[in-house]
Amino acid sequence: MQVYLPIAEMSVNALLVLGMGGLVGFLSGMFGVGGGFLMTPLLIFIGVPPAVAVGTQANQLVAASVSGVLAHWRRGNVDVKLGVVMLMGGMVGTVAGVWIFSMLQRIGQIDIAITLSYVFFLGTIGTMMMVEASRALIRRRAPTAKRGKLHRHMWLHGLPLKMRFQRSKLYISALLPAGIGAIGGMLVAIMGIGGGFMLVPAMIYLLNMPTGLVAGTSLFQIIFTTAMATLLQAATNQTVDVMLALLLLIGGVVGAQFGTKAGGKLRGEQARLLLASLVVAVALKLAFDLVVEPNDVFTISTRLP
Amino acid sequence: MSRIGRLWTVRAAGGLAGLLAGGLLAATVWAQQLVADLSSHLIAINTGFTGTEVVLFGTTDGAGDVAIVVTGPRTPVTVRRKERIAGIWINAHSARFEQVPGYYMVATNRPLDQFVGRPVLERHQIGLPNLQLGPREQLAPEQLALFRSALIRNKQRAGLYGISLGQVSFLGERLFRTNIYFPANVPTGLYNVEALLIRDGEVVSAQTTPLVVSKVGFSAEIYDFARNQPMFYGMAAVIGAIAAGWLAGAIFRRM
Repeated sequence: MQVYLPIAEMSVNALLVLGMGGLVGFLSGMFGVGGGFLMTPLLIFIGVPPAVAVGTQANQLVAASVSGVLAHWRRGNVDVKLGVVMLMGGMVGTVAGVWIFSMLQRIGQIDIAITLSYVFFLGTIGTMMMVEASRALIRRRAPTAKRGKLHRHMWLHGLPLKMRFQRSKLYISALLPAGIGAIGGMLVAIMGIGGGFMLVPAMIYLLNMPTGLVAGTSLFQIIFTTAMATLLQAATNQTVDVMLALLLLIGGVVGAQFGTKAGGKLRGEQARLLLASLVVAVALKLAFDLVVEPNDVFTISTRLP
Repeated sequence: MSRIGRLWTVRAAGGLAGLLAGGLLAATVWAQQLVADLSSHLIAINTGFTGTEVVLFGTTDGAGDVAIVVTGPRTPVTVRRKERIAGIWINAHSARFEQVPGYYMVATNRPLDQFVGRPVLERHQIGLPNLQLGPREQLAPEQLALFRSALIRNKQRAGLYGISLGQVSFLGERLFRTNIYFPANVPTGLYNVEALLIRDGEVVSAQTTPLVVSKVGFSAEIYDFARNQPMFYGMAAVIGAIAAGWLAGAIFRRM
């Protein structure tokens, strides 16, 4: 069944897009990540213009993070105060990101910028996760391993504007969560991902936040940055295709339910190792495409500057 | 402007062009030697649009060759060339063409070089080598030619440019017809369908018929909304997504 996408100005197979949404939803349910990092490359692969893929993905993520945050909210796993501080930074990051995006689009370097950021972020985070998960697996076999220090002091904790976050039992500089939020917002705007895979480790290792609160709080923050990104992408770059977002959403929601059930059967370290391999594989594929000579070195663009 | 309003303007413009063409034709000696029409003057892009075919049919007043030239709305296009920089392929040089038809198709009853010479082809912009794209004079001619052929190659790959020699079929000596295919990615706007009657290497009669490609129904409403009220469109997209996410969360909570 073919469906015409009014903004992407192309006709796609609805079942294919639903299936892609379902697959990515399944993986995101299984591993507890947003899955945007997989969806944007997949969309580009089936011929959706990269700019539309990124803008639409932001819209789809609003829905995904709303349904994700509900479960955490009911269990009280959201630190609203910290989330709001992150959000302040997130807003600045998103505005800056959309501005950079439209500038890159104007000079014709947006595709390469999207791909390069993917290779960089996925490559780095994926490798780090892989190392961490393999260590954890090894440690499990050698149970005598030492327990690390609970709290480490870094120069980051000496920053000004200290604030107390009762829910997370933290007394840290507001600049830290705001800065993490800003980077997250930038990722939403340029890469079309929620940035959870970056925010979560940053919140655990840099803020020393209680692990139970991390997922809910980052999702809470992501709702607003993705909403902001959708709004700005629609207003400045006109790259949000609601038809495409709807198809992805339906597939994603259904897939996520099955993914969550499947994820329950996996052990934590195994799941992380699998996810890390997936992330690294996507990064390698994208890096390979950058290096290999394209079929046609010429491309055309009709979008007005 | 509303969609209907826009359609009306387009139609009115098309009608005006038709009148003008008719006036010109009447003023010349070769009026009415060729009459042609389309099976449809409006291509409607709706949600299920996957491309469509339009039949062009017509009659001539005697023997002769027929060339059909379909030209889509002209817009600026930037052609970019990738180069290997530090090991990766990055867009480096670019050239801009100001008057690039979004769609261009030529159909004839036999190969062009068998019945018409270069000057006529150039004058009427028949055939890809004779298409005028309005390049900006900023590059050396050989560079420009490279970008030009790359533009045409990209359009051909997208199925938007083509030449179908021998696709106009004659039924007897006077009746002719051809099918013009428009793929799913066809750009919207006002198209010109030109039918030329060629005898002894000269164009003896020509008729221009307008054709409108327009989004209709739900996809048109989305497109117009996104273009005319981008801020409200963005807000609607966000509100819709929040509602959908909430709904999904509520449904699956029970399961």
